[in-house]
Amino acid sequence: MAQQNLLHAINSALDIAMAENDRTVCFGEDVGVFGGVFRATSGLQEKYGKARCFNSPLVEQGIIGFANGLAAQGSVAIAEIQFADYIFPAFDQIVNEAAKFRYRTGNEFNVGNLTIRSPYGGGIAGGLYHSQSPEAYFAHTPGLKVVIPRNPYQAKGLLLASIRDDNPVVFFEPKRLYRASVGEVPEEDYQLPLGKAEVVQAGSDITLLGWGAQMEIIEKAAQMASNDGISCEVVDLRTILPWDIETVSNSVMKTGRLLISQEAPLTAGFASEIAATIQNECFLHLESPIARVCGLDTPYPLALEKEYVSDHLKIYEAIKKTINF
Amino acid sequence: MNTELYNDGPVVHQPTFIDGTSVEIPELKILHQDGTTYPNADLPEIDQALATKIYKTLAFHRVLDERMVASQRQGRLSFYMTALGEEAASVGGAAALQPQDMVMMQYREQGALMFRGFSLENFMNQLFSNGKDLGKGRQMPIHYGSKELNCMTVSSTLATQIPQATGYAYGQKLQGLDAVTICYFGEGAASEGDFHAGLNMAAVQEAPVIFFCRNNGYAISTPADEQYKGNGIASRGVGYGIKTLRVDGNDILAVLKATQIARAYAVKESKPVLIEAMSYRLGAHSTSDDPSGYRTKEEEAKWQSHDPILRMKNWMLNQSWWDEAQETELFEKLREDVLAAVKVGEKVDKPHIDTMIEDVYDVPSPQLKAQLDEVKAHVNKYPESYPFTAGKF
Repeated sequence: MAQQNLLHAINSALDIAMAENDRTVCFGEDVGVFGGVFRATSGLQEKYGKARCFNSPLVEQGIIGFANGLAAQGSVAIAEIQFADYIFPAFDQIVNEAAKFRYRTGNEFNVGNLTIRSPYGGGIAGGLYHSQSPEAYFAHTPGLKVVIPRNPYQAKGLLLASIRDDNPVVFFEPKRLYRASVGEVPEEDYQLPLGKAEVVQAGSDITLLGWGAQMEIIEKAAQMASNDGISCEVVDLRTILPWDIETVSNSVMKTGRLLISQEAPLTAGFASEIAATIQNECFLHLESPIARVCGLDTPYPLALEKEYVSDHLKIYEAIKKTINF
Repeated sequence: MNTELYNDGPVVHQPTFIDGTSVEIPELKILHQDGTTYPNADLPEIDQALATKIYKTLAFHRVLDERMVASQRQGRLSFYMTALGEEAASVGGAAALQPQDMVMMQYREQGALMFRGFSLENFMNQLFSNGKDLGKGRQMPIHYGSKELNCMTVSSTLATQIPQATGYAYGQKLQGLDAVTICYFGEGAASEGDFHAGLNMAAVQEAPVIFFCRNNGYAISTPADEQYKGNGIASRGVGYGIKTLRVDGNDILAVLKATQIARAYAVKESKPVLIEAMSYRLGAHSTSDDPSGYRTKEEEAKWQSHDPILRMKNWMLNQSWWDEAQETELFEKLREDVLAAVKVGEKVDKPHIDTMIEDVYDVPSPQLKAQLDEVKAHVNKYPESYPFTAGKF
């Protein structure tokens, strides 16, 4: 097993997907010879040719419209949106088209072969338009799967599963961790299950739930709490839609407390959906209100980014408040 | 940078505006309204069998539209859209294609489905959103589609099919198939961003797609001169570097010829073509609107005299490929068949309640199953309020 960063893990998954099926196509802005602005598709055009890995014109709605048609035709379409902040011109093609393709055609046609990759999230001094976490918009759309990995091992296994899953998947990649997160990644092909959360660390006093880049921050807060004698169970949701209610419920029934942390703004974020469902599923087991530690309800700031983000200290404080409720 | 892509004009030393009038766009016409052909007209490949099939399709189209509007007026159907006066555009386009070619419709191209053999029963099942509808009764009337016939299911979302057609055609090319994708849309839809995205990507990625614009003069109530100021839609094809044809959309032979040429080019060169068919929407946008509020009877009368079906009939009579006795027999039979099919289609049961959660994903998620169980329990509690499904699961 080799040490790889998250970008290498993504690149390795794409390489495997393109090698196994000559109808797999990767495209997006600057994805071709340059290998993408983050280099996630590096070397793929050289290896598989310009017909299967290419630059698209600068038009997100066109990229996803094209991808929908390509996937409906039976090809495997892997489209890159350069930053999740720029996915909104393609919102109609994702929400009204990809998500509803199978349903509206009565399964005459589908775009199950579609995977949309996009770097998301803050922490890179990206300001309003290179920092957003738009997963909740897509989580409100039946027919989509939304997947977010937390480290290189997860990224490769979840991306391969997303590409092979027979549903359109929006795969958000934590760009802050692209090079910062390094871990052991098998060189061979493997998949991790979609729709399954993972208990990263067992504990008994409180469940800490998150996804993507927020996981390492949650783990840091859990370490601080453990020094105070608080035993945290840390859970990575991994798939935002459809999400693993059972694993989260089982954990909360055991610990009696839940804290959810997301990068995105507080109001109507996916943490809110989880809180509502878990309140319903685990009402008689809860010993304190479900806590949400999120971004503020503002656009993503630049100079005041540190104050804005739900960092380990804010989570640590919220853990203590929840325990001492 | 490839400088071939931007300049072959003269260098000037005083600023000189150019505009759309700099590009002259010819319009292909083959048939006069009396059924005679223009001298020296380049006829499409057509024999009596194909001509008869096209004509019978046009007749079916006209009768189905008439009968279904009447059914909607009688309250038997919630909604309908005719293609009155512009039937030649969809039928003539489809007749130039091969069965393996994909057809992506906007919503006024039932003629293409008819030409490919979408049955009267299939039309009824979709229109009445019953349990036999291929689309499982999920979309409003006229949202037809068929995998078997390579006709992509219609969606209400305007112009989204345009970049999708580019992607579909690119997939056909990647597989090395002898196949193209035809993509229909109106001049109104051509204002959507997806139009520009789809055409530009088709030109850049060299996708074998035929963009077929039905310029019928109206987007609901908005006339074309409030939709764009350029030289129709065809001028945009030139801007994107796409081979472009403009054709009289009420001239079935011209539409057929243009689409045959377009298909041959798209397959051979593996590149897109844009066809702009000039026509007129003689009917209302849908059964939900009344054109008398936004246009004159005189304008409509002018276009009634350009009826594309009558024009083809005249040509068929001139060819001695058709006669009045056949005409009467065909229309009587079609009217009887449609009336009978309405009576059958409207009585077929609605889709089973379980289909409500099917096809959201390839398999229903646990959440969806739980939600369906809740609905079923609720229906059982108040069966009189849910007559389509109560007692049927």
